[in-house]
Amino acid sequence: MTVNWIQTPHTRASDLEVSHDGIPPGKEAIYAQEPVLSARNLVITFGRVVGLDGVDLDLYPGEVLAVIGDNGAGKSTLIKCLTGAYVPNSGTITMNGREVSFKKPQDAREAGIETVYQQLAVIPALDIASNLYLAREDRRKGPLGSIFRMLDKKGMERRAGEAVQNLGIQTIQNMGQAVETLSGGQRQAVAVARAAAFGSKVVVLDEPTAALGVKESGMVLDMIKQLRDKGLSIILVSHNMPHVWEVADRIHIQRLGGRAGVITPESHDMGEGVAIMTGAKKLGGTATPAAEAPRADAVHEGSRGSEGTRAGHVEDAPADRGDRP
Amino acid sequence: MSTDVTTAAAEFARRQQSPVQRLQSQLHKRPWLSPLFLLFVAFLSFFIATPTFLTANSMGILLQQTAIIAALAVGQTLIILTAGIDLSVGAIMVLSMMVMASLAQDGGMPGILALLIGILLAVGAGFLNGILVTRINLPPFIVTLGTLSIFTAIALLYSGGASIQAPRLPRLLNFLGEGFGIGGFRLTWGVILVGVIYAVVAFVLSQTAWGRYVYAVGDDPESARLSGVPSKRILLGVYTVAGLIYGIAAWILIGRAGAATPNAIPDANLQSITAVVIGGTSLFGGRGRLVGTLIGALIVQTLQFGLSQMGVDQQWRVLATGILVIIAVAVDQWIRKVKA
Ligand SMILES: Nc1ncnc2c1ncn2[C@@H]1O[C@H](COP(=O)(O)OP(=O)(O)OP(=O)(O)O)[C@@H](O)[C@H]1O
Ligand SMILES: [Mg+2]
Repeated sequence: MTVNWIQTPHTRASDLEVSHDGIPPGKEAIYAQEPVLSARNLVITFGRVVGLDGVDLDLYPGEVLAVIGDNGAGKSTLIKCLTGAYVPNSGTITMNGREVSFKKPQDAREAGIETVYQQLAVIPALDIASNLYLAREDRRKGPLGSIFRMLDKKGMERRAGEAVQNLGIQTIQNMGQAVETLSGGQRQAVAVARAAAFGSKVVVLDEPTAALGVKESGMVLDMIKQLRDKGLSIILVSHNMPHVWEVADRIHIQRLGGRAGVITPESHDMGEGVAIMTGAKKLGGTATPAAEAPRADAVHEGSRGSEGTRAGHVEDAPADRGDRP
Repeated sequence: MSTDVTTAAAEFARRQQSPVQRLQSQLHKRPWLSPLFLLFVAFLSFFIATPTFLTANSMGILLQQTAIIAALAVGQTLIILTAGIDLSVGAIMVLSMMVMASLAQDGGMPGILALLIGILLAVGAGFLNGILVTRINLPPFIVTLGTLSIFTAIALLYSGGASIQAPRLPRLLNFLGEGFGIGGFRLTWGVILVGVIYAVVAFVLSQTAWGRYVYAVGDDPESARLSGVPSKRILLGVYTVAGLIYGIAAWILIGRAGAATPNAIPDANLQSITAVVIGGTSLFGGRGRLVGTLIGALIVQTLQFGLSQMGVDQQWRVLATGILVIIAVAVDQWIRKVKA
């Protein structure tokens, strides 16, 4: 693999190089390894809707790979295919070089992949501790656990409290509280704490800060860095470009069900990233032809803007995206 | 700014509540309190209305009458917790009962074998419901509406519509109607068995992972699946376990009725659902307690029994049950609207 980045932050986006194997400077060692998770040519359709149209993805040990893209670009679908929530129609997924086929989320979990899904996947009627330990309950010691299958509720509640504490969320105190009584942001924190506590190889976060306040978002970003420093790999789906540019090693740009390119925060600035993502720019290199189709613009006009584009300053970034509150 | 919030919150917590509001919030915290209160009111009213109601003898009979519906309501609770409904409860019980009785009648087959085959049949019937719900993805209402007719028809065809009286049955099949007296209060083995079923299922629901999964699947099946809960397997398990409980209820019913009769309890379905709903379990799934169902079953039977002691006609008793359901659900809705 070669570094083929030309550092041209001020060129017109129409001249932007889009590559699939850009390497962030100083991190070459990571990319000399075998990817921990790798997907090739993933295709999934929902009736006549094409969810993914032949997507490749590589995730290296200890890297933070961001996935950005407009609404409906297929980000959530991509991570669902990677984590067993959807079974792709075709394509292959490998973990550490060995082909895997996840038939259900539990399979991916057992392989060491923890996921915060966009819809959070928490059970409102159950309490926080039960949610954290759902489908991986600890049983009591001795015959109470082995014969009577009794749950170690006290122990799980204590460890759940620690997991939430580790995240630094102070507003959640009582682990016996039903999740339905929590605020939207607190629920999201519960889902993130669950993934952080149990992820052993890969942690996938689909818009983990969407409902969080500034402080809590910062905590999640810190948590991502901590997990990365522990050697875990992270996939972060986000519409928040400053967050992405802050923590990501590489950025996978998803567009119209396909991969528009993979860039690094060093090779492109936010505005350029957004330009590729929205198809506002004519792409160089391995640009997707779809980006130039008229339909692309229709999709772009109709899509809800992403807050991160506020930082965008590529010359022809569309104005309507820039002045969202 | 945060101080302001705290003060306001503290003020809100200290606010003057009317007695009604306080009651409402207490009931919200302990949802089984309101059915318990209802049961108490029913007892008190019948105690005042008829001198024979609150006697040891009557209480024994009340428990025996409650046992069947209470047992069926355990299976019904499991299914309603998963956001389903079972209209085939009574049909499965009757089919199982007719099969065990005909196999064993006049010494045709050892009692234990007939009993096991009957119970296994009920397990199979529950399993069939579960398969239709989980594999063919039909709504539980439709599935059990269909199997209600199917199982009822098979039971009638098989038995020729005739009942089999206790003397023609082996002792084992009649056994649960036997018992012992404590003063005038007679406790049957059937009643004790129902108590055991409640204890076991309540334990499983509140203390084991399987119990948690039942709630999770009922509350939000997709989130449960994404969290790694084997939703379909849990659902299939719930319908199968319910079948097992209906099979045991069939055995209890033979003992109680002193016969196996195809139309033994015509309104078993509605009464079991009523018990669950009065007990505070949500028809939308994921919320409820088994102890509530027990109280609910007692309320339904107390009303039936008390009114019949007062000499009220069957039709009026049915009418009263209907009103009771509506009041119970209305009260439940009111409790859920609590603000604190
Ligand atoms: N279960 C499904 N059934 C039908 N269509 C689906 C399903 N899941 C995804 N899709 C379709 O696939 C496309 C991609 O959706 P996806 O949820 O992956 O978008 P996204 O990039 O995550 O968008 P957002 O930023 O809004 O979360 C959409 O057109 C969506 O309608
Ligand atoms: Mg999404």
